Amino acid sequence: MSVETAPAAAYAAAPRDDSERRARLLTGFSVLAALVVCAVFVLWDLPSAWEYVLELRARKVAALALVAVAVAVSTVLFQTVTANTILTPGIMGFDALHLLIATLVVFTVGSGANAVTSADGARALWALETTLMVVVVALLSQWLFVGARRDLHVLVLVGIVVGTLFRSVTSLLQRMLDPTQFAVLQDSFFASFNTVDETLLGLSAIAVGLTLAAVFRLRATLDVLALGREVATSLGVDHRRTVMGVLVAVAVLVSVSTALVGPITFFGLLVAHLAYRVVGHRHRHSLPTAAALAVVTLVLGQLLLERVFSYATGLSIIIDFAGGVLFLALVLRRSRR
Amino acid sequence: MTATTPSPPPAPSPAVRRARRGRWGAAAPLLLGASVVAALALLSLFVGVSDVSPAALLRGDSDAWELVAVSRGPRTTALVLAGVSLSIAGLIMQVLVRNRFVDPSTAGTVDSATLGLVVVMLYAPGLPLIAKAGVASVFALAGTGVFLALLSRMPLRSPVMVPLVGLMFGGVVGAASSFVAYRFDLVQSLLAWTTADFSGILRGRYELLWVAGVLAVVAWVVADRFTIAGLGAEVATGLGVDHRRVLMTGLVVVALVSAVVVTTAGVIPFLGLVVPNVVRLFLGDHVRRSIPWVALVGAGFVLVCDVLGRTLRHPYEIPLGVVVGVVGSVVFLVLLLKGSSRVG
Repeated sequence: MSVETAPAAAYAAAPRDDSERRARLLTGFSVLAALVVCAVFVLWDLPSAWEYVLELRARKVAALALVAVAVAVSTVLFQTVTANTILTPGIMGFDALHLLIATLVVFTVGSGANAVTSADGARALWALETTLMVVVVALLSQWLFVGARRDLHVLVLVGIVVGTLFRSVTSLLQRMLDPTQFAVLQDSFFASFNTVDETLLGLSAIAVGLTLAAVFRLRATLDVLALGREVATSLGVDHRRTVMGVLVAVAVLVSVSTALVGPITFFGLLVAHLAYRVVGHRHRHSLPTAAALAVVTLVLGQLLLERVFSYATGLSIIIDFAGGVLFLALVLRRSRR
Repeated sequence: MTATTPSPPPAPSPAVRRARRGRWGAAAPLLLGASVVAALALLSLFVGVSDVSPAALLRGDSDAWELVAVSRGPRTTALVLAGVSLSIAGLIMQVLVRNRFVDPSTAGTVDSATLGLVVVMLYAPGLPLIAKAGVASVFALAGTGVFLALLSRMPLRSPVMVPLVGLMFGGVVGAASSFVAYRFDLVQSLLAWTTADFSGILRGRYELLWVAGVLAVVAWVVADRFTIAGLGAEVATGLGVDHRRVLMTGLVVVALVSAVVVTTAGVIPFLGLVVPNVVRLFLGDHVRRSIPWVALVGAGFVLVCDVLGRTLRHPYEIPLGVVVGVVGSVVFLVLLLKGSSRVG
């Protein structure tokens, strides 16, 4: 090793450049892998009458990719804002909140079920739900993260209990709905990648795209934000405002993915940690890598499920299991230190 | 929990107090509480779709009596037994693990029992109820054991970490149940176990709960040992208590109670968590003194929630598990945020 002979500046810079190049390479590689997996999903064993099947699969893969990206990015953002790597919007009950809002909206507005099932109605409902979600998440986060400083573990526990509360209230309201209204709602309460509402797909794509663009422009600020409130403020970041902005983005992403396929609690945790492992914590790498890895995991998982296990189990269940084990491992390792 | 001073019963003059001290001083408020719960139980007998009025019963209307004997009576009894035994199980667990945010439903015990039931449905669906409960108990015991093993591997445990690990462990076990259930088309049965619903309780289908009731009484009798065991292995051994044995006894009681309730009625979330904590707010940490109150409050809470579930959407019913989930999580949240300043 020629460490001693190297000039100080080069010594400091060299590994920096190295790891930068490596991270960039790995990011590119993950994105490529995501594209390949999507292509395989669509093209695998295409029958001779391919037009119909192609369209069907394209729509499915688009939904999977959208959800994957939304979940991954929202998790990374959430972990940055809360300055810890155990939390996810799912653990804090955000997707349960979305289900509650959706139920509430149908409960109060959608007394005529046909208003909900028509395409226009569905779109209006979607917009209303997402808006409400953003407002409520902003208020809730204000209370939980920005106002009083709370112990992290209390926060997680509060999140879990709040999630239980949301879920219980949701099923309470569902029990009080008409059977027709309930039928409209019911589909959205199981994480399922087989039934994706196509009217919402385009809307979701636009919402996710805009959010991603806004977030990615903030990537440098996010790196600073991850250093914690004091450091970020002293480096000239308007902490409060930026955090609120990021949380709004998280709310949009969570409600998009929940509206499309229902709740998947641990998936974000899984891919975010994979991404940190692979490319480190800088957002210009971690955001796209997490998103790409999420696409790979989800699409590959669905592919295996359809082709190998022939639908023997729900994808979300496996993801929840793996994610839960990962969470326990993280907690145990962290507390040993 | 710091002193929210218990609103003491209206203070009589010192002389009277001295005269009453001893058994009656403690027993009078308890009797009052017991009569409130009895009134609730009576009320719960007369709530429902088909009319049973007190008048009809007094007249000796045989249809009304039949209904009470076959459906209403068993239901009310089951509610009381489940409420009492689960609350006491929660108290025991909190004392033994030395953490007031733990109960069978936050420590993976209930999820493990459910997994046991799924396995029974898979391999021996024809087993009698008592054998099913037995298998569920074995699973519950094993699950609780794993939880304790996880805890012992966490040298630094903040009070809030313990239930966190328990909840996650429960989530993993739950995912395993869903996996099996999904694979073998048992999702519906699983759903039935994961939300407590007492609408299906009839004569002949709830009697197993008496086992849980008896276990609760046993726990009451040996309550002081639990208190001592809760002081830790060294102190307990120093005081001449076999810490290991008491710990095992407690865990067996908790696992059996959870398994029996899950087998007969389903999962009642938060009950064992909220009730002992609320009682502790008023009575402090003395286990033997608080057990009767935990039992009473548990029974009362379940009865109120069940009546609510039956009346909110009359003539339909909202399952007990849902109502308790809403009320229980709000109470727990308040406790958590109130206590967290000291915890954090």
